[in-house]
Amino acid sequence: MEKRRLIYLDNNATTPCDPRVVEAMIPFFFEKHGNAASRSHQFGWEAEEAVDYAREQIAQLIGADEKEIIFTSGATEANNLAIKGVFEMYARKGNHIITAETEHKAVLDTCKHLEKLGAEITYLKVKEDGLIDLAELDAAIKPSTILVSIMWANNETGVIQPMREIAQICEKHGVLFHSDATQAVGKIPTNPRETGVHLMSFTGHKMYGPKGVGALYVSRKNPRVKVTAQMDGGGHERGMRSGTLNVPGIVGFGKAAEIARLEMAQDAERVSQLRDKLEKALTKLEETKVNGNPQSRMPHVSNISFKHVEGEGLMMTFNQNIAVSSGSACTSASLEPSYVLVGMGLGDDLAHSSIRFSLGRFTTEEDVDYAIEAVSNGVNHMRDLSPIWEMYKDGVDLTKIEWSAH
Amino acid sequence: MAYSNKVLDHFKNPRNVGVLDKNSKNVGTGLVGAPECGDVMRLQIEVDDATGLIRDAKFKTFGCGSAIASSSLATEWLKGKSVEDAMRIDNMDIVEELALPPVKIHCSVLAEDAIKAAIKDYQEKNGIVPTNAENTATSA
Repeated sequence: MEKRRLIYLDNNATTPCDPRVVEAMIPFFFEKHGNAASRSHQFGWEAEEAVDYAREQIAQLIGADEKEIIFTSGATEANNLAIKGVFEMYARKGNHIITAETEHKAVLDTCKHLEKLGAEITYLKVKEDGLIDLAELDAAIKPSTILVSIMWANNETGVIQPMREIAQICEKHGVLFHSDATQAVGKIPTNPRETGVHLMSFTGHKMYGPKGVGALYVSRKNPRVKVTAQMDGGGHERGMRSGTLNVPGIVGFGKAAEIARLEMAQDAERVSQLRDKLEKALTKLEETKVNGNPQSRMPHVSNISFKHVEGEGLMMTFNQNIAVSSGSACTSASLEPSYVLVGMGLGDDLAHSSIRFSLGRFTTEEDVDYAIEAVSNGVNHMRDLSPIWEMYKDGVDLTKIEWSAH
Repeated sequence: MAYSNKVLDHFKNPRNVGVLDKNSKNVGTGLVGAPECGDVMRLQIEVDDATGLIRDAKFKTFGCGSAIASSSLATEWLKGKSVEDAMRIDNMDIVEELALPPVKIHCSVLAEDAIKAAIKDYQEKNGIVPTNAENTATSA
């Protein structure tokens, strides 16, 4: 295949910053460099005005009040603030938090940290399609439960949880509902008030904004939610998150939110058509499987298992030209396969054979056509090299072989 | 992670991919690893009766680029060696040749295991008492 530009199909890791966002940010590095907390001069007023405007743009995207937006350094910090902040603030009400096994590490590791501080955490299992079982959630809530934290859409599979139904269960029991909506905000409608979500984490760099800036939505009425600050200092963000505001980042985040609000519907439709084309073509290969509920999934994500092909090796056949991510975490020091896929009941072998394709605003049909060809060739190459593919083709029952686990 | 040029070369142009007749008396087959661990190697040697040298070696591997490169390199090294010399191939030789990073050392261990398993299979088929205690290789 001829040498060509690198195709980016890893938009769930991070999205490129939209050039319109970059343009909006530039003045705030030099000409308008003020500190939004400087009340005594023009530089500060200008910065504060820009932050206020961005806050409005972001609030508008999610149907919130500006005062409900707390700026953070990103979604990880927002998740930490939401979960730790509720745990501390509502300690007198209880110590039980419910989350799910397939959450992002920013939620899971925060919960693990709180376990050491006396929290009781319930980790809900997910069904084979990646959705949580609502009856299980309902049954898990008890008098000491203070928070349910369930992500809006999964980063690896794009599976969208039944947010409205979860919110109704939380409402019935009078329990707060937090959602890590990092992968959803800006790509599908996410209105926490209408949905019944009381705290919602999201970030700029997954919606064509800059890295290093995110937000926590905190409901201010019905119910009025308070979180204990995890960062102490100058009392910024109404005391909930101290630290000088990242003005250029916030301006960019705001612009990204405005663009998302105006273009989300058309982006989603175009990208889902491309995703469907990619998925349809790749699942024509033998022994492939799409992971995650196809009816409740983000429009731009496809997670596919290619049986008897190891994911990292497969990626190596095309990673000079195409950037994707493996369902297997073999690229890191650990050899553990994806806990999200394993949590959905995939065997470790299939979890090792999975690739996540995440398309975005700047993905073209040409990119997808190229990816179809390159990935198909890669799968065929790897299967030619694979002893277990050969055995499968020869009718050997792979489950009957005594493998030497290492 | 950046791969060394040697890994890339073996990955893109793997040497000696294929299968030998596992029922032949001259062929030893080693199958090591497990699909759920993300690595399976099958390595085969064919020993010449007259000379006692390994005249052919083939492999197939399910795994990452380093696993494929390690087994491809192993087949190259095996060809023309005596069984005794083949027993002496050490995983660290593979690590050095391919410049494998620490997280990929297990790939070389697996390749050494595959070599030893193939030799063991050949020796058992031919009633040869192993000369080297190391042939009871355990997996890493």
